[in-house]
Amino acid sequence: MANENQSCLRGVGLTKVFGFGGQKTVAVDHVDFDFCKSEIVSIVGESGSGKTTLTKMLLGLINPTEGEVYFQGKKRDISTAKKKKEYWKSIQAIFQDPYSSYNIFNKIDSVLLDCIRMRGGGNLPGAKKTELMVEACSFVNLKFEELTNKYPFELSGGQMQRLMIARIFLLEPKILLADEPTSMIDACSRATILDMLMKLRNETGMTLIFITHDIGLAYYISDSVYIMEKGKLIENGTADQVILHPKQAYTKRLINDVPKIHEEWDLSTVS
Amino acid sequence: MSNVMLEVRELTTKYVTRFKEDIYAVDHVSLKVEEGKSLGIAGESGCGKSTLALSLMGYYFAPLHYTSGEIIIDGRNISKMKPDDIRKSILGTEISYIPQSAMNALNPTQKIIDFIKDVIHAHEEYTPMRGIYDLAKECFELLGLPAEVLQKYPVELSGGMKQRTVIAISVILFPKVLIADEPSSALDVTSQKMVIKMLRDLMEKKLIKSMIFITHELPLLYNVTDDIMVMYAGQIVEKGTAKEVVFDPLHPYAKGLMGSIIVPESGLRDVKLTAIPGVPPNLKNPPPGCRFAQRCKFVKPECRAISVPIREVGGGRQYRCIFSEEELRQAYTQEAHQNGK
Repeated sequence: MANENQSCLRGVGLTKVFGFGGQKTVAVDHVDFDFCKSEIVSIVGESGSGKTTLTKMLLGLINPTEGEVYFQGKKRDISTAKKKKEYWKSIQAIFQDPYSSYNIFNKIDSVLLDCIRMRGGGNLPGAKKTELMVEACSFVNLKFEELTNKYPFELSGGQMQRLMIARIFLLEPKILLADEPTSMIDACSRATILDMLMKLRNETGMTLIFITHDIGLAYYISDSVYIMEKGKLIENGTADQVILHPKQAYTKRLINDVPKIHEEWDLSTVS
Repeated sequence: MSNVMLEVRELTTKYVTRFKEDIYAVDHVSLKVEEGKSLGIAGESGCGKSTLALSLMGYYFAPLHYTSGEIIIDGRNISKMKPDDIRKSILGTEISYIPQSAMNALNPTQKIIDFIKDVIHAHEEYTPMRGIYDLAKECFELLGLPAEVLQKYPVELSGGMKQRTVIAISVILFPKVLIADEPSSALDVTSQKMVIKMLRDLMEKKLIKSMIFITHELPLLYNVTDDIMVMYAGQIVEKGTAKEVVFDPLHPYAKGLMGSIIVPESGLRDVKLTAIPGVPPNLKNPPPGCRFAQRCKFVKPECRAISVPIREVGGGRQYRCIFSEEELRQAYTQEAHQNGK
């Protein structure tokens, strides 16, 4: 397909510096990347490597100190509130903590209705809206009848995170940023969430940027992997290349730090 | 024969809700941990892992209540002791607990050494400060933590360091049994490895005599503990050595759990991860038969009718299912064959 290799999000020399003078911290240091359309990309690094800062810059929540973001080939312009809102229609995020991602005063119906409104479906008849909500919930294996009139805190962590994916399904953004979406939920629901994210990509063709510190998850879900160390992207390539044949010592260490089943887990290398 | 450090017989504990409903979160659980051994407890959230950990300490506070059963630590039955006695003479010295959110367990307004002072004074009221400092320093150095940590406030430490400090404090009185409840779930992989190394060191250096490790990360359990116990809806559904449970699970629920393991090894991408559909039953009124019946692929009508007792297979291996070992293995082979087509 022609649009297979089309660039969706490109960063050139992206840098973020916090503080100034002696207390300067370079969180993200001249990062270049190119994410293609309907690709699953993982950014892997330990805490403090600048993953979240990079996410926030991509989302437009903080401004980069230097460098530019290109969205669908054009320079991203989010100088005014209106333009920012327009940009957020095409880029959405799922965060680490499903418990704090919701407004606790809003019922689940209104969470989903907000999404329909944001997509421009505010004037649809009520029956149509319900149909959309039912469809979104069934996409993530939740039953809308059981959720209606409930508050988010009445759900389990896994259900909340699935509802988050239902939101994304309704919003149909071009890019989805998932910042450690599975780190707060247990191993059994994790497989479900990952499969749903992959299904979402396959059905809607959105670009999925998956941020994690667990290289096993990155290997399972992604087409290509970027490794981030101290604000720099130090290695990238397809998932098989990076994880089965790592080049950098840092990547090797990250892989070594994850417990394995079929190979011996070497605990002596702890620094 | 090695000594049995912790023995639990038919322990049952319940939560009482504000509508006076009883929820049996730990239901007739029996287990045994020998000296120098570690036991892992696996299961999804809400299956009673953490409640079991709390119940094992014999120290109950509402809404958790003791119902029946016995807890014996190194030959001493603690299940009938008064809460005050347990606090004074059991917690910290006989059995110790690392909570799930150990990151928030430290008092932000106290230096680490002052916190340790409080811990020790709760047991030995007139220990001099010099002695406490020496003991703490020795313990920290043995575990590879710098002694400067003692003079710091919790905010000055990183997440991994805080977690390791909490572990060091919890073993400062050399307990016989250490219960670690998801000690690494909030940490990144590198700090997780450090915490695991520390727990292994504790066992090797004989600071603690036995350990119970609770997590839902199976690869971690496999690498840390000798035995693994799988819990579902408050009951034990399978128990065996780590190798047996991970590579040859018998109970359909354990089998499902093993299907969700993600490790960065070649071949992972070819395997389809299997998630168990559905949610655990509501323990307010659990189903009469097998509690896993409504999510089980191999369910038969008789599963739902009678309550299923736990079966001993030999070599300490147990599982709770109406099918025999051979029937289960056959069913798994058939299923694998079908998926392969």
